[in-house]
Amino acid sequence: MKAFLAIVRQTITVSFRSGGGPLVGLIFFLSVVIVVPFGVGPDLNLLSRIGPAIIWIGALLATLLGLDRLFQDDRDDGSLDQLQMAGLPLEFVVLAKAAGHWIATGLPLVIAAPVFGLFLNLSTAAMGVLVLTLLVGTPALTLIGVIGGALMVAIRRGGMLVAVLVLPFAIPVLIFGVLAVSAIVVGPADSFGLPFMLLCATTLLAIVVGPVAGAGAIRAGRE
Amino acid sequence: MRLTGSGLASERGGRLIFEDVGFDLSDGELLAITGPNGAGKSTLLRIVAGLLPATEGRVAATPETDGPLNTFMHYLGHRDGLKAALTVRENLDFWQKTADSDGGIAPLDALERVRLLHAVDMPAAYLSAGMRRRVAIARLLVVRRPIWLLDEPTSALDARSEGELGELIAGHLAGGGLVLAATHLKLPVPITKSLVLGNAA
Repeated sequence: MKAFLAIVRQTITVSFRSGGGPLVGLIFFLSVVIVVPFGVGPDLNLLSRIGPAIIWIGALLATLLGLDRLFQDDRDDGSLDQLQMAGLPLEFVVLAKAAGHWIATGLPLVIAAPVFGLFLNLSTAAMGVLVLTLLVGTPALTLIGVIGGALMVAIRRGGMLVAVLVLPFAIPVLIFGVLAVSAIVVGPADSFGLPFMLLCATTLLAIVVGPVAGAGAIRAGRE
Repeated sequence: MRLTGSGLASERGGRLIFEDVGFDLSDGELLAITGPNGAGKSTLLRIVAGLLPATEGRVAATPETDGPLNTFMHYLGHRDGLKAALTVRENLDFWQKTADSDGGIAPLDALERVRLLHAVDMPAAYLSAGMRRRVAIARLLVVRRPIWLLDEPTSALDARSEGELGELIAGHLAGGGLVLAATHLKLPVPITKSLVLGNAA
């Protein structure tokens, strides 16, 4: 447990100190959200209807930032070797890195979402649900994303490749998240439960599959 | 503790780097692995460390270790394992926390041994190559492990630090430790055993 927390803390610290960390993600998120009203025009009803989807897409894209470097940096500076020598199971290391990455990049998005909701004319109730779904759903996005990040250890290429690999697998999270918020925004309100529970289930599944697949990718990339 | 490797072979990228390599090392012995560039010195150390799978052969310890073999080893590789954004102290604390360390010395004492106490709060990014190497050497002290795998341990070190590294290695051997060192330079300690890797014919 001490080792787990140490890795989480180290990931957060490194993220804050190099490259601005959460700030870059937040500004990117903000840009995505702001661009849409310019594109679709000043129709407030339309904006509040598609608002949740826009925020979810923004969060999805912002979560992917930095994932390509998450394990590549560790390989380049030799930390990955040392973590393996520490005797910790690789799955455990991947889960800890994912947790740290989520706290540094995912959590700020969740906290900022209500502010960004203002741009999209979301009601107070919709914002509450939006934050709840993001809180439950963004960990799944990060955990799916770390699989892509772990693959980069072997592929040695970064940037958009992670996004291309990861986006298709993130679609279920997006669907359930947006459906749950739409139930509150458009109605009927009683259709909220099913997609929300599926969203929770996806996250739980990702907590198991993400670390195992990520560790497998790193092992396969050893050379 | 006795560490043996037998029938080790490694093939990388379709090229056979070495085959049928073995060693047998007991408490207090130092194995110097020498050979020309590309002979597989680093590869052999990474295989012993469990960071690379061997194509053939195995590495074993007697008596059988309790837990994975590589948790009894330190690996000092070409890459120092320092996080550039963290200070020297934070790096050492991190290693001490992630590796279960009974009997390692405190980070500050370890830094004193490598004469880097003045750089304790400096981000690792600002250290010179030799200083980074010395911090990596301090890791050998903050986490206590019987087997040291050293890959070109003297690279980037000045003459004085090289001598000090020699003392540390000698001290480790005197305490019953095992050392495997890959190098093409002269080691600052007496060698007990040597292994020469040639280009695989």
